[in-house]
Amino acid sequence: MTEHPLPSGDLSLPQPLHAPRSRADLFWSFTWLALQGFGGVLAVVQRELVERKRWMTRGQFVEDWAVAQIMPGPNVVNLSMMIGGRYFGLPGALAALAGMLAFPLLAVLALAVLYGNVAEYPVAQNALRGMGAVAAGLITATGIKLIAALDKNAMGMGVCIGLAALTFVAIALLRWPLLWVLLGIGGMACLWAYRKLPNGPADKAPRP
Amino acid sequence: MSMVPTAANWLELFAHFASLSLLGVGGAITTAPDMHRYLVHNNGWLSDAQFTSSIALSQAAPGPNVLFVALLGWNVGLNAGGGPSAGWLAWALAFLGVLVTMVAIMLPSSVLTYTATRWAHRNRELRGVRAFKTGMAPIVIALLIATGWLLTGSHDHPARDWPLWLLTAVATLFVWRTRVHLLWLIGAGAVLGALGWV
Repeated sequence: MTEHPLPSGDLSLPQPLHAPRSRADLFWSFTWLALQGFGGVLAVVQRELVERKRWMTRGQFVEDWAVAQIMPGPNVVNLSMMIGGRYFGLPGALAALAGMLAFPLLAVLALAVLYGNVAEYPVAQNALRGMGAVAAGLITATGIKLIAALDKNAMGMGVCIGLAALTFVAIALLRWPLLWVLLGIGGMACLWAYRKLPNGPADKAPRP
Repeated sequence: MSMVPTAANWLELFAHFASLSLLGVGGAITTAPDMHRYLVHNNGWLSDAQFTSSIALSQAAPGPNVLFVALLGWNVGLNAGGGPSAGWLAWALAFLGVLVTMVAIMLPSSVLTYTATRWAHRNRELRGVRAFKTGMAPIVIALLIATGWLLTGSHDHPARDWPLWLLTAVATLFVWRTRVHLLWLIGAGAVLGALGWV
């Protein structure tokens, strides 16, 4: 196992991005991601696609995640389809979708056959409790890491932090329904971003 | 429960899950309460324990959370066929259940997402599309952190649950500041849990 300390600012250095080589590469990459994802695949997807495979920058990841999150359906599956579709069209999207679901589906069915009444085993319950606590940490850390991607946001870091704080309070503390928050705070944010963005084409590197 | 599902039942199940597919903003798990009402309460196709076990088992398994839907379908099929001891018919119906529920929950949302995101990608230079991604970025980042908070806060007895909170905090620090493989962390959580330490 290799452990490197992660120097801050590591990912802001301009480094060349890679791309999936083929539909098979997409399928197996997403299969491997999904099979590592206990209690949520997002942390693994961010780690692998941004930090290891370098298919996208943190900023691009956040943009894609915003769309994947806002569409109905499983967020990480949406994200995988978007990435697959971008490189290889519909076959790419289907390859990524199949990768996300095929082997994990077999795994969960195998578990169901072997341990269908898992809820009755205290040891399994306790193990799940511990895994759940770690999974909560993974998702929190992924969010914290992605804050760094906001420094290129056209609304400015101050406004971004304010919007993020409002959203956190609304969801985590006030327990407002997700849809209201997305429409209310999200709608306001989009309008503000619209005012702040120049009317020309974006001055960033074209995406594949 | 020994009911033999008709083709109409399966179609109804398909239609119900297909309609939930388009409501599942934030993931299929957000529609789990409605699935519970429909499968357990209204139709009696699943027992309460089977519903709970399906969700618990999908959390123990790797992969997207939506796979709990496959387990619901699996158990509906098994029940319909008379239970796991009833032989091949029960297993065949279990696979049919997986097929019906998974295709229903995935197809509508995937078609919509693919179509919408291809459009957005072709028009990625449009000011409106850029404004959407720019505006939503801080919101969805906050949603991730809020999700972590809610998962932790669901264990709300400080005297009993503080080791769990500590574990979450340590895991957060490790993922944030190091490149230790995520599977090691999950494995450590499972061991600590099984030993009864958290």
